Amino acid sequence: MTHLLSVDDLGGASGIEEVLRLTDSFVEVSARSIPKVPALRGKTIAWLFYEDSTRTRLSFETAAKRLSADTMNFSVGSSSVNKGESLRDTARTIEAMGVDAIVVRHGSAGAPHRVASWVDASVINAGDGWHEHPTQALLDCYTIRQQLGSLEGRHIAIVGDIKHSRVARSNVLAFSALGAEVTLVAPPTLLPPSVDTWPVKISNDLDAVLPTVDVVYLLRMQRERMTESLLPTLREYTAFWGLTVARAALLRPDALVMHPGPMNRGVEIAAEVADLPQSLIIDQVRNGVAVRMAVLYLLLGSGAELGTTAEERVRA
Amino acid sequence: MPDPTVVLKGGRVVDATGERAADVLIGADGTIAAIGADLAAPRVIDAGGCIVAPGLVDLHSHLREPGQEDAETVESGSRCAALGGYTAVVAMPNTTPAIDSAAMVHEVRSLGTTALCHVAVSGAITVGRAGEQLAPMAEMAALGVRIFTDDGTGVQDNRLMRRAMEYASGLGVRLAQHCEDSALAAGGHMHEGEWSSRLGIPGQPAEAEEVMVQRDISLARLTGASIHFQHLSTAGSVAMVRAAKAEGLDVTAEATPHHLALTHALCAGFDPVFKVNPPLRTDADVAAVVAGVLDGTIDAIATDHAPHVQEAKERPFDQAPPGMLGLETALGVAVTELAKQGDIDWVQLLALLSWQPAAIAGLTEHTGALVEGRAAHLCVIDPTEVWAVDAARSASLSRNTPWAGRRLTGRVRHTLLAGEPVVVDGEATR
Repeated sequence: MTHLLSVDDLGGASGIEEVLRLTDSFVEVSARSIPKVPALRGKTIAWLFYEDSTRTRLSFETAAKRLSADTMNFSVGSSSVNKGESLRDTARTIEAMGVDAIVVRHGSAGAPHRVASWVDASVINAGDGWHEHPTQALLDCYTIRQQLGSLEGRHIAIVGDIKHSRVARSNVLAFSALGAEVTLVAPPTLLPPSVDTWPVKISNDLDAVLPTVDVVYLLRMQRERMTESLLPTLREYTAFWGLTVARAALLRPDALVMHPGPMNRGVEIAAEVADLPQSLIIDQVRNGVAVRMAVLYLLLGSGAELGTTAEERVRA
Repeated sequence: MPDPTVVLKGGRVVDATGERAADVLIGADGTIAAIGADLAAPRVIDAGGCIVAPGLVDLHSHLREPGQEDAETVESGSRCAALGGYTAVVAMPNTTPAIDSAAMVHEVRSLGTTALCHVAVSGAITVGRAGEQLAPMAEMAALGVRIFTDDGTGVQDNRLMRRAMEYASGLGVRLAQHCEDSALAAGGHMHEGEWSSRLGIPGQPAEAEEVMVQRDISLARLTGASIHFQHLSTAGSVAMVRAAKAEGLDVTAEATPHHLALTHALCAGFDPVFKVNPPLRTDADVAAVVAGVLDGTIDAIATDHAPHVQEAKERPFDQAPPGMLGLETALGVAVTELAKQGDIDWVQLLALLSWQPAAIAGLTEHTGALVEGRAAHLCVIDPTEVWAVDAARSASLSRNTPWAGRRLTGRVRHTLLAGEPVVVDGEATR
């Protein structure tokens, strides 16, 4: 694997499992008093973020630093992009500086794929339009696996604005690859077209789904959806598809609550629910660093195969 | 009989009347002087093993001049056309400024006087193609414009479209519609379906095209006007046009080579070379368009040749402009794709590529029968040559061909414009 553009690049369950196993090693590294290893010393990673991002940027940055990689930030707001430089020229310029990997976030689906077609460096998709956010899916899988041991046979409901969600697209691929049963819950206007071709079940009725799930995964509801005639009001959304306190009572006691953040408390998730013990939102963020360490190591490490060899290298 | 200058030797003449082995002799006045056996002239052009046919006619070319001369000019576009066997193209009016006045018609027509093919000009239906008020169609029709369209967008306002059809019917001109309901299509960059869903690219549904096809059929029934449907791309559109023709309405339709062959699955690599409007659709749509071509529902294969500079096509998919090159590859694509449905009926194929579009565009010099005295607008086609498309060798100023690297069967060997060999052995002579 040269790039991580889509969950599909991991080659199904075995590839995902390998990343998750490698993540275990980096969780261990992160727990040390000096959480840093020299695994990527001498490697340079550039951030090419065309969209605002706090947690993903910081998470990647932390991961890179714990692996001793050098990083550089191509901040679009203060760069030649504002002078009209094309994506291709920007990507090739960054590569010419000698970077080993470019981590791309872009508002357009497929922008990281285009960058990957123009450069020799590894390209990691940190979120492209509505398309994918593969490292988010990996950290979500890791977080569920940490709690439940495995995703095999588990029932996961993804709730909310599926249509516009790169997190949902990557998670559907990853969860189903690992054997989970996925139900998408949303008003029909927020479901993607031809969703019947996805490996999922569909429901419009959250109350009916909640008692059956092992995990309920809530997506951020964006205010601009109101202006596109996709929803009448946010209030109505919350009343029917929000995880309110009353609705959370329908969950089995051991069911888990997840959210990729940033949350709209009081819209898709009630503040009290976000703070429940079975809410994994902070675990997701914590695991994000280790998962991204694993991904960076996988793409930029010595080229050794994953598994015990890689783990031994990390521990050495 | 004027002095002969050129003879096309050893070919098989195929035209609307059928086919026969014959030489074609061309006179100094640029017309056909004789068709028969053993003809001689000072210059002999070899047509052995080839089809000698009326020059191809494209109903739908974007020549980009004035306004986007970095992407194409009338001259460079006409060179693509000649290399593709075309002796006439209809230039779309979505230039900058739009061709929406007599002055603009004069301007583009004068650019076409030195072109390598006849450049017929279409006019806009509405001022600036803005869809708000009628353009001076009578003024443009008086200069010989025979086809009007706001191509690039459809006329959205139902009442305005009704008036345009009524007004046009009094002028004896034809309106051509780019069927796309802009509200339904808004924000869509590819066909809405399985692939757009998977790729996270906003889609536009087939219904965005179909609701306007349906509306215009209704308005044609109401007004009695003729209407031409551009680049039909959906099974539903083809079915509606078939029914409208059966009802006796004066409707005609075109399809592009790419909608005969390519599907939305090609967008999976996010390469905007496959972004086009209307978008590439499903296998079922492609099959329906091919069926429409074969059963006569679709009257013409039209290229929608739409050059865009490299930089524009290197933007992310949702920011890149839609459009594909087509003039140099149309014949090869049509032959290659239709051969999959059975043996090529060359009279039928050439009807779709030449005299039927000529009739729709009102191009009276481009008749289907090759007879003495007809203008010698001709193309000579090697029906069996297999060739690989090389984008770098295109005569276009742009490179956005979706056929790059593909192998096509059937290639234009020579093209003659009013008797002048403008393409000989696959090379433009000027």
